[in-house]
Amino acid sequence: MSAATKAIEAGHIWTFPGGIHPPERKDRSNTTPIEVLPLAKQFIVPIKQHSGPVGDLLVAVGDNVKAGQPLTQVGINNALPVHVPTSGTVSAIGPGRIAHPSGLTDTVITIDADGNDEFYSFTPLADYTTLSRAELLDRIRQAGVAGLGGAGFPTAQKLALQRPLDYLIINGVECEPYISADDRLMREHAQTIIDGTEILLHIAGCEKALIAIEANKPEAIAAFEALLPNYPQLALRVVPTKYPSGGEKQLIQLLTGRQVPSRGLPIDVGLVMQNVGTAFAVAQAVLNGKPLIERVVTVTGDNIAKPGNYWVRIGTTVAELLNQCGFNPVADSKQEQRVIMGGPMMGFTLPDLDVPVVKITNCILVPSNQELAPAAEEMNCIRCGACADVCPAQLLPQQMQWLAKAKDYDGLEQQNLFDCIECGACAYVCPSEIPLVHYYRKAKAEIRNIAREKAKAEVARERFEARQERLEREKQERLERHRKAAEARKKAQAEAVAQGGDNPQDAVQAAIARAKARKAAQAAAAAKQNQEGDDE
Amino acid sequence: MTFKIAASPHTHQRRTTQQVMRWVYFALIPGVLAQTYFFGFGVYIQLALALLTAWVAEGLCMRMRGRPIGHAWQDHTAIVTAVLLAVSIPALAPWWIIVMGTAFAIVVVKHVYGGVGQNLFNPAMAGYVLLLVSFPVQMTSWPIPAELAQIQVSITDTINLIFTGFTSAGYNLEQLRMGIDGMTMATPLDSLRNDLNHQLTLTEALNKPIFGDIAGIGWAWVNLAFLAGGLVLIKQKIISWHIPGGLLVGLLVPSAIYWLFNPDQAITPMLHLLSGATMLGAFFIATDPVTAATSNKGRWVFGLLVGFIVFAIRTWGGYPDAVAFAVLLANMCVPIIDRYTQPVAYGHGGRS
Repeated sequence: MSAATKAIEAGHIWTFPGGIHPPERKDRSNTTPIEVLPLAKQFIVPIKQHSGPVGDLLVAVGDNVKAGQPLTQVGINNALPVHVPTSGTVSAIGPGRIAHPSGLTDTVITIDADGNDEFYSFTPLADYTTLSRAELLDRIRQAGVAGLGGAGFPTAQKLALQRPLDYLIINGVECEPYISADDRLMREHAQTIIDGTEILLHIAGCEKALIAIEANKPEAIAAFEALLPNYPQLALRVVPTKYPSGGEKQLIQLLTGRQVPSRGLPIDVGLVMQNVGTAFAVAQAVLNGKPLIERVVTVTGDNIAKPGNYWVRIGTTVAELLNQCGFNPVADSKQEQRVIMGGPMMGFTLPDLDVPVVKITNCILVPSNQELAPAAEEMNCIRCGACADVCPAQLLPQQMQWLAKAKDYDGLEQQNLFDCIECGACAYVCPSEIPLVHYYRKAKAEIRNIAREKAKAEVARERFEARQERLEREKQERLERHRKAAEARKKAQAEAVAQGGDNPQDAVQAAIARAKARKAAQAAAAAKQNQEGDDE
Repeated sequence: MTFKIAASPHTHQRRTTQQVMRWVYFALIPGVLAQTYFFGFGVYIQLALALLTAWVAEGLCMRMRGRPIGHAWQDHTAIVTAVLLAVSIPALAPWWIIVMGTAFAIVVVKHVYGGVGQNLFNPAMAGYVLLLVSFPVQMTSWPIPAELAQIQVSITDTINLIFTGFTSAGYNLEQLRMGIDGMTMATPLDSLRNDLNHQLTLTEALNKPIFGDIAGIGWAWVNLAFLAGGLVLIKQKIISWHIPGGLLVGLLVPSAIYWLFNPDQAITPMLHLLSGATMLGAFFIATDPVTAATSNKGRWVFGLLVGFIVFAIRTWGGYPDAVAFAVLLANMCVPIIDRYTQPVAYGHGGRS
């Protein structure tokens, strides 16, 4: 065992550069148990709530459906299905606003609830070790499990990577301020999370899992400490409270001292990470056959009367959720109220409340303008370097800001713009209140666009060159054909002459002789005429 | 109902540029008080003149550039420039010195280059160098520490001296700068450099009333006061320790080596550290973020460079003090320092 591995085993916690300590304000929502809210009358289920392809529809308008029934299928493109949140009727399928920073629309399935909340039949599994790895992965995929902590990467796809693994890391850090969904889940369902972790270990063929929790969650830590002595392959790691220690790359650095290579994956350094919520969903999917149709959502902020954590069915609209939690918007006409999906550091604002809660929605934050003051006017950068001091990726945010404003995309690539995880620490500390992350996102989008255009141009160029080549080749082939035909003709003539037939060449020679004679006669006539003219 | 759209993050630490600048000039207070104690009330008049000039120049520039004037006044960067220049020049220098220097710093060095954040050179130091090169006599006529002076200068006399050149009793600055022995007194660094150039040994050169027990009467305390203010800034995380640390090491190490090999002919390391503008330069001038290197490694290199240039100019150059020149020379090197000290980003093969 190498020294580094020994240190990991001994529970050494490394550090990562930078990071910030924004006010946590988690105690507003984490003191009460997770509650179940009354079911909504209508649900809106987007068919794409994860990264990757979308499944084909399995239902049509007017169909009666039951909770947990798949709405889309895995199909040949290995898509992740979405499921019915509660029993009712499919009332519409079409474009609708989805939970995305762009505010764009996508295909959504609207379900009118019948209020009975009847469930589809699920098949529980007594002993998951009887199933093969592929069967277990299929069970997880069929249940629509995607990473609940971040971008919603399909869990089965992540586990299917066949590479040697040193550790599975279960991420219960939840470093983003205000959010306590994972905290409450860990306190109340530690056993299920551990079951899920064991299943994940089994599927990944990995020996050991590290469960990471931030030091500001003593109750969650205690819940695991009580259970873990029975599970020698699981180890608890308490990481210091600092934002963004829950970022995948930062947590890997904290627990193992390793760095995920730029543009690489954790598996490149022998690790795979899953969120605690995902581990919970995996246990539900594998042991109970229950698909992912609800999740814990933190609803918090000064303008919420009843902040807390709630089991929310996927597809519940934010409007419905806020209604039930007592939403008092800022009373003014200037539309100053922000409704943030996610936390204050990385969440995005919603233009209206008709968007549904999806698999990756961990928090709805409705702050007053006192607790989270709106952005002030941007001032000039004074190159103070506070941003570089807090950057967990060791980038130079102020340099990137100059380059982004100057649209110097080569310079930005040289400054490793794409290693920016958009955690927002730089913008948080910037004394000039420059919306740094916003500039980086814009620049990244621009660079991706340019790359796309370039790829398109490249394809066009290749096609043009291929066409030129084909034309040239065809020309050469034509000439070759003509040459061969001429040769064959000559050969045929020669053979004909040899056999005593007419030589076509004789006729040609005769014609040339005739033409020459005519020309000579004409010349003689002209000369004679000239002579006569001179005589006159 | 529609809601406000904003880019993340939605929360902010709320330490504005203005607050940062306020910390800087508040941290200068101990140094200013020490200067007043040793060199008289002139410092306040210079401060007032510098602030007024900076305020007017900043406003005019913003107006001519068609930018909101309030913006520039709000960020308080001009205040810092004005204060730094005012404490750098001799307390009894004529009024037009500070006015000219401040105006040059704000108009030419700052706004011609594009305003706050865009200037290549430290405005206060560029202003200082302009004045030093153009008006060497006025710029080196430091008043002698109060305890050595024959004639004590009152507030009225200070005002008269700065605005008319004479006290009410008719003394000019040259006469006031005479010590008890009737000799005009130079600053410790100036005097040392002259004497060492005239082949005196260090012991002989130090045998003058202007040198107290440590490093020159008054100057040592002023330096210690600036050091105290600087440490507050580091504690408050307004500046990082890299630049002052680098500067002091860059000055101390070469000067100590030189002195060890040349004990009779070299300025002692202690004198280097506690004379002239060393501490002011280390904590307040070289740390100007706009014109310094940006990464911590770069800041360290930048500090070392400034410190070494200060040592080199003080030892072999034509000027007794060198902080302003050193800072400007190092400012020129910043782009290249930044280029070669870019930190290794996460996932690019660096160590954890």
